[in-house]
Amino acid sequence: MSWTLIIFWAFAGLALVSALCCITRRNAVASALWLVVTLFSLAALFVLLDAQFIAVLQVLVYAGAIMVLFLFVIMLLNLGRQGPTDVKGPLGLGIAALLGGVLLFQLWILRHAAPPEAIQLPPGSMARLQQEQGLVGAIARPLFDTYLIPFEITSLLLLAALVGAVVLAKRKL
Amino acid sequence: MPASALQLLWLVPALPLVGFLLNGALALWRPTAKAAVSTIGVGVLVLAFAAAAAAVAEFAGLHQAAPLVFRYWAWMPAGDLRLDFALQFDQLAAVMALVVTGVGALIHLFSVGYMHADAGYARYFAYLNLFVFFMLMLVLGASFPVMFVGWEGVGLCSYLLIGFWFNEQINADAGKKAFIVNRIGDFGFLIAMFLIFRATGSLDFGPVFGRAQAVFPPAGTTITAVTLFLFLGCTGKSAQIPLYTWLPDAMQGPTPVSALIHAATMVTAGVYLVARCNVLFALSPLGSAAVAGVGALTALFAATIALKQWDIKRVLAYSTISQLGYMFLGVGTGAYAAGIFHLVTHAFFKALLFLGSGSVIHAMHRAYHATHSHDDAQDMRNMGGLRRYLPWTATLMWIATLAIAGIPPLSGFFSKDAILGAAFALATAEPIWYVYWGMGVAAALLTAFYMTRLMLYTFHGATRTGEQERPHLHEAPWVMTGPLVVLGLLSLIGGLLDLPELMGGGAFLQHWLEPVTGLAARMRPAVELSPVVEWAVLSSAVGVAALGIVGAVRLLQPEALLPARLAPPETGLGRLLWKKWYVDELYDTIIVRPIQWLAREVLWKTIDARIVDGLIVNGSATASRALGWLGSRLQTGEVGFYVVLFVVGVLLVVGGAVR
Amino acid sequence: MLLGPALFVSAALFTLGVFGVLLRRNAIVIFMCVELMLNAVNLTFVALAQRLGVAGQLFVFFVMAVAAAEAAVGLAIILAIYRHRGTVNLQNINLLKG
Repeated sequence: MSWTLIIFWAFAGLALVSALCCITRRNAVASALWLVVTLFSLAALFVLLDAQFIAVLQVLVYAGAIMVLFLFVIMLLNLGRQGPTDVKGPLGLGIAALLGGVLLFQLWILRHAAPPEAIQLPPGSMARLQQEQGLVGAIARPLFDTYLIPFEITSLLLLAALVGAVVLAKRKL
Repeated sequence: MPASALQLLWLVPALPLVGFLLNGALALWRPTAKAAVSTIGVGVLVLAFAAAAAAVAEFAGLHQAAPLVFRYWAWMPAGDLRLDFALQFDQLAAVMALVVTGVGALIHLFSVGYMHADAGYARYFAYLNLFVFFMLMLVLGASFPVMFVGWEGVGLCSYLLIGFWFNEQINADAGKKAFIVNRIGDFGFLIAMFLIFRATGSLDFGPVFGRAQAVFPPAGTTITAVTLFLFLGCTGKSAQIPLYTWLPDAMQGPTPVSALIHAATMVTAGVYLVARCNVLFALSPLGSAAVAGVGALTALFAATIALKQWDIKRVLAYSTISQLGYMFLGVGTGAYAAGIFHLVTHAFFKALLFLGSGSVIHAMHRAYHATHSHDDAQDMRNMGGLRRYLPWTATLMWIATLAIAGIPPLSGFFSKDAILGAAFALATAEPIWYVYWGMGVAAALLTAFYMTRLMLYTFHGATRTGEQERPHLHEAPWVMTGPLVVLGLLSLIGGLLDLPELMGGGAFLQHWLEPVTGLAARMRPAVELSPVVEWAVLSSAVGVAALGIVGAVRLLQPEALLPARLAPPETGLGRLLWKKWYVDELYDTIIVRPIQWLAREVLWKTIDARIVDGLIVNGSATASRALGWLGSRLQTGEVGFYVVLFVVGVLLVVGGAVR
Repeated sequence: MLLGPALFVSAALFTLGVFGVLLRRNAIVIFMCVELMLNAVNLTFVALAQRLGVAGQLFVFFVMAVAAAEAAVGLAIILAIYRHRGTVNLQNINLLKG
């Protein structure tokens, strides 16, 4: 077993365990912190999958900005203290387990639905691309070229979300 | 030749159509412009008659054996069916076109006087023109469907004109009865058309009759079915047993309508159809025998009913049915020319009789109108002695009576004798025809009797109208008597058309129709009678007619007759005949009432109200409301529950991808 | 290669996210579980980008932008709900019906 795989499974296991903790912790602050762990682990997996730039963004945007926002709201709503559990009873657990099981089963079957060989690139081509154009350049080039218009629309989306969040959250305008 | 008359054949039906459109427009916007209506209404008929006469004259000069077919446009091209809108002109169509336009023109002229005071004058002439248009389509059409358009069209006009005074329930009912009874016959016509198309692959007269001998085995099932279904159509349109009941009721229409549609032209369409399809009928002895048998039976049956009717127009209506029976006896016997001959002479004298009765009714009606009496202007018991007031009408109607009775040398004698002679000749080969011949002779006796009775009660004896009415009784204006005179002349000399060879005549009509009926005649060779036998048959018919007239004069006592409101009810056989053998009541009991019961109890109350309304309409509403109620139960407002549903939905969608 | 294991981890994480959404009543926790699902999908994109081109990584980029916008609006909504009803428990948010 190569070192890459060992590291992969280590971080994958960490991500899964912390995700499990995230959904089972009674305290919302604890859940949020476990989620941060998951996101960090995922960033590590991204690195292993030749997506270093995305990994950096993951840490910056998700683990940094978004999760801080979550924690900020949790604190603001004073949900950090110990209270009655919000986990559903046996019936809810049963339904959740059933539906989750079905979903897992479906995904298990769908694992065969891999993209056909014909459109796949040869192994290592991503790494070669990054060597030729640089880690950022490999993403930046198509982003400002082919996907320029979606990229610009994203800025509009963020502006709209900004205005919307202010309108919703402010007591009096 | 700049434009030959035959090339302009389309003008013959087009002119009445134009008349209909113009008069229809006037009826809608200027109903009081009676002078314009009369000019258009009569004018188009006269022009159409002129066009038809010119076409016939030119056609006679051609000595054409095959029919001339004029194709105008593709009408219904559908798959194997290539149907053109086409007219056809041959010897038979020529005769019919002349009768329709000629008699039609005279009756239109008569109507100018008869209807002059009517509020629906323009509408009347519009309908009448439309009728002539459809009738000409019927006789000039070059294929079964074109003919069928005319066939249905004359039925429509008949309905419109029977119910012309639709303000009265009885008139509207009579119109509906005629229309519905005719539908039964039309169903037969349609079935026959389908059978013909399946067998021959065409509906044009030329190909159908040309291929008939090749595709139909003689006396086979198919051809018998075709002819019987065609004849079912004829029994409806031409008022034969069992579908004759509408014609007496059709007398509710204006009298000129009865003369034109219900005596001279439309009701003869069935005879025309049989004559037109003579090849088909010649191939089916059974079909022909059915035609002749029903014709003979109808001739006798209707004549018995006519013996005891009091309404002058009803007598003539049953007389028409009886005479149509003669025509069918003729064409069923294979004497197509004789049948058509009787059709023509009958058009003359029956139109004359109806117009004459119209003249009588006109006078009676005006007299009653002047004295505000509500007595029946059509009941013969209220008439009597009218020859003193209506001398022209009386004389002309006597001519027609002698003609219809078959007294030589009037027209009816020759045509009726031609039919009876043909039946007798065939009987020497097939004895069953003796029965038909005997029925025909018996009907001839009754015809002479009831016509003489009509004349005696109407024109002779004491005048049974009240004293006040008498000064108001007088002859109609010239527009009404003029056509009567022309028709009287035609009834007198109509026999010249087809003087039998026995009497040194040229049998002109028979030779003229030879190209049309020749093929059928060769298929069933006529039996030649010796001159002695022929003379005997002939004189027996004349003797019977004379017996009928003399018997009527001797037996009936017009002096003893009481006006309608004083007359005692009939008893015994008289009542049976007066009640028309109770056939209407029989039909009402065994057909109309069960169908009404079926419609009301089963179709309406069970199927419509319970199943359609209850189960399907209200049921689906209830079902969707129940579904909606179920759906509303899902909407709990609990967001957690919505999330579960959402996930289930996602799983279902993914499940579709998984399969 | 890591494609297979990465897809397995992705599927497991996604299922955990769904499980969490179904299991919890706290709106903020449910929201975090949604983020978890988004990240699971991101992992799939990145894993497949190795073999199908850099477009997959670009998609993750857009997903992050949308997630940021969603987090901002979603948390604002939760704030507004809390202000109105004094709780963010889904059991008490039951007026969403006609």
